[in-house]
Amino acid sequence: MRTPLYEQHLALGAKVVDFAGWEMPVTYEGIREEHSAVRRHAGMFDVSHMGQVEVEGPGALAFLQRVLSNDVAKVHVGGAQYSVLCNEDGGVIDDLFAYRLGGDRYLVVTNAANHETDLAWLGRQSREFDALVRDVADRYAMLAVQGPHARDVVARALGVELPPRFHVAHVQIGRRPALACGTGYTGEDGVELLLDPEVAVPIWAELLDAGVVPCGLGARDTLRLEVCYPLHGNELTPERNPIEAGLGWCCKEETGFIGSEAVARARAEGTAEKLVAFEIEGQGIPREGNPVMRGGGDEQIGAVTSGTFSPSLEVGAGMAYVRSELAEVGTSIEIDVRGKRRPARIASKPLYAKRS
Amino acid sequence: MAPESSEGTYPDDLRYHEEHDWARVDGDQATLGITWYAQDSLGEVVFFDPPEVGATIQKDSSYAEVESVKAVSDVIAPLSGEIVEVNDALQDAPEKVNEDPYGEGWLVKVRLTAPEEAETLLGVQEYRKMLDR
Repeated sequence: MRTPLYEQHLALGAKVVDFAGWEMPVTYEGIREEHSAVRRHAGMFDVSHMGQVEVEGPGALAFLQRVLSNDVAKVHVGGAQYSVLCNEDGGVIDDLFAYRLGGDRYLVVTNAANHETDLAWLGRQSREFDALVRDVADRYAMLAVQGPHARDVVARALGVELPPRFHVAHVQIGRRPALACGTGYTGEDGVELLLDPEVAVPIWAELLDAGVVPCGLGARDTLRLEVCYPLHGNELTPERNPIEAGLGWCCKEETGFIGSEAVARARAEGTAEKLVAFEIEGQGIPREGNPVMRGGGDEQIGAVTSGTFSPSLEVGAGMAYVRSELAEVGTSIEIDVRGKRRPARIASKPLYAKRS
Repeated sequence: MAPESSEGTYPDDLRYHEEHDWARVDGDQATLGITWYAQDSLGEVVFFDPPEVGATIQKDSSYAEVESVKAVSDVIAPLSGEIVEVNDALQDAPEKVNEDPYGEGWLVKVRLTAPEEAETLLGVQEYRKMLDR
């Protein structure tokens, strides 16, 4: 599958890779350059591969309260909220933002790889509620514009008033209705724009002209990893509950969401493993699947879920599940990187914090 | 990837291996590195994990790793030999592999144990033809 911006990516010389069945740009000029454009200025990502699901009807709130882990009743019209979608065992089917577009109308943005699964799950669970679940992924192209200058540039270049962080606004972009969301996946301020696919090409061009740097999935991954945002398929899976992933803050068990009993149990009893962030001390770049060893020992205590060279910290870094009793910040560990032991230390999250 | 290969440079005094490595043979010694195509596919090199001086390497087998932000890649030995020198400058400036893959971005020097193997490597025309396929 291709997004409406596919030709634009090729014209900019992007390296294109398959991502969940989509031909997506992984980088244009280089991951480090794109990464630093987002940390220092403004970068834009074509995230049109992400899915959108609309939930509408008198029972929309009750339904979402049942399927989403967070307290959806707290979201006012124009608000946005992060949640996980759990199965009965508390395993994470997906993680997502829900936006309240109207009194009885919500939009949920899904991960590309999970869109069909989410849709089937939501459809099935909605039967006992007076709410309609609609796949609206074809209605939107999606652009994430991120970085300290992202808001200013978008507001000026497109002439739109942008909502504050964790809010959503109905706006006009390219003379078509669009949604502007104060959300992102980079640890920087910025917006995500849900556009009419027909205007995606001219809007992309206007933002390019305004100096926004095109960024691929490579930089998207290094940026999110530095601020320890989990990625579904790596840190989050249907076999892991949100408590061990460190997402207890977005789970409100008292709302009775599907999986809440299991999540409550995990919270009360603790979990065998916990998701930690770590930095390599010295050389070596950790990668997904590398065993985590007890410092100076031969005992495996966990495994890396995501690893990379961190462009901001200029060191190998990542996230891993390790045995909970050894998950304390400061603990010395070793990462087995293809047979070479690389000393590392469990670090506090996020790995990268903005210097103020 | 044909358009990519036409952008690249491939000196005609080198011998090439199908796995995108080059060898500059000089008597019983050779300097080894990765080709323009290899560095371009990999992206910005951020780490070179070299073999030790004195180690023996085997033609067609991995002898080192180069890593970009996103991926790690084995470096395949185009020839067999013993490592006599590694490019230490790459520890602080691994990006030289991208900027100058046939010059300052060389990886190792070896004393060849089977110099006749060089005959089996590709010339520049053959290597380019392979890339264009």
